Amino acid sequence: MYRNATRDFVVGLFVLAGLGAVAYLSFSVGGLSLGSNGGLQLYATFDQIGGLKPRAKVEVSGVRVGEVETIGLDKDLRARVELNLEKDLKLPIDSTASIVTSGLLGDQYISLQLGGEEDVLKSGEEITFTESAVILERLIGQFIHSTDVGEAEK
Amino acid sequence: MIVDAIRHLGGYTSRFIDELGRIAVFGSQTTVAAVTPPARVRAFVDQVYNLGVLSLVIICVSGLAVGMVLGLQGYNTLVRFGAEESLGAVVGLSLIRELGPVFTALLTTGRAGSATTAEIGTMVATEQLDGLRMMSISPIHLIVAPKALAMIAVMPLLSALFIVFGLAGGYVVGVWVMGLDGGTYVSSLESAVVFSDDVLGSLLKALVFGVLVGLIATYRGYTSAPTSAGVSRATTSTVVVASVTVLIFDYFITALWGV
Repeated sequence: MYRNATRDFVVGLFVLAGLGAVAYLSFSVGGLSLGSNGGLQLYATFDQIGGLKPRAKVEVSGVRVGEVETIGLDKDLRARVELNLEKDLKLPIDSTASIVTSGLLGDQYISLQLGGEEDVLKSGEEITFTESAVILERLIGQFIHSTDVGEAEK
Repeated sequence: MIVDAIRHLGGYTSRFIDELGRIAVFGSQTTVAAVTPPARVRAFVDQVYNLGVLSLVIICVSGLAVGMVLGLQGYNTLVRFGAEESLGAVVGLSLIRELGPVFTALLTTGRAGSATTAEIGTMVATEQLDGLRMMSISPIHLIVAPKALAMIAVMPLLSALFIVFGLAGGYVVGVWVMGLDGGTYVSSLESAVVFSDDVLGSLLKALVFGVLVGLIATYRGYTSAPTSAGVSRATTSTVVVASVTVLIFDYFITALWGV
């Protein structure tokens, strides 16, 4: 058994590179955060979230400011969404969260419209004003139904 | 005729179950040896070099190639539906959930598993293991356990590297060749992949494959017939058995745990 310093160094480099790849996949690609990352944690309750998924983006004026952390049901069986936003984001307390779709069939994400109040939302608080996702099929159904009724009345 | 056929079937079945039992006994002996002091750190590091570092080139090149093909195929399919923005998600999810661990396990079986079997098999054929036993050194403790452990340790690392190179390959084709927006590729990738579902499952798969390949390769070598033909048969059998086992386990891991 001989000791080979160069070989040990190469093995060390290999392990570091492997762990680096795991870390990149976990933190950057997989979006893992260790404990609370000190970001702004807000909640919003929707009647209908459509196809919103965890890690969907949250934006203000089209600029990405965070992402959807978890989605669950509250005790009234409405969808409760936890948002993880940038720490120093100053959202007025009367801001609105709405679920919108990028393009006709694209991914759904949350868009925040700023309110006019002086007070800002703090971590753990709830965005009270929400706008649910628009379900395209339901809209089409309503449209067809309403035109049928219109023709029948004539 | 029929009695003969049934007798053959019974023979095969009981031999198969015998073999499973022997592998289980061998595996538990290896596990016990791995936690029995003294720890064979030196042998373990040497094996990480042999199995891991020397497999790096084939893993990285294959990862890049697979990622590039995925990018090309994915783009050509997605563009028909006008959904080429989802290329990052397609490449990322297929690599992380499926191709990364499976390809890595198959490549490592061919590159390192066969070498492990051949090395141990040659030791059997040249009575080196008997020599160790004469000196009351357990061959499982000195030879087998470090190799199996190194295989288990190396597999998730190689798989992660394969995936990262694959993602880079997909980026090269999608962004440089096909003219997709780089930010779109990365953001589609990042919003589709979830750590707890995809990345953790991928690492788990790689770990399970590491255990399978490590166990099969060392077992085949350890039980090979002490002739050159025996070593050659053991090496072939390692590659075949380990590859098929990995693919079968892949199905069941995916079906049971949904990764």
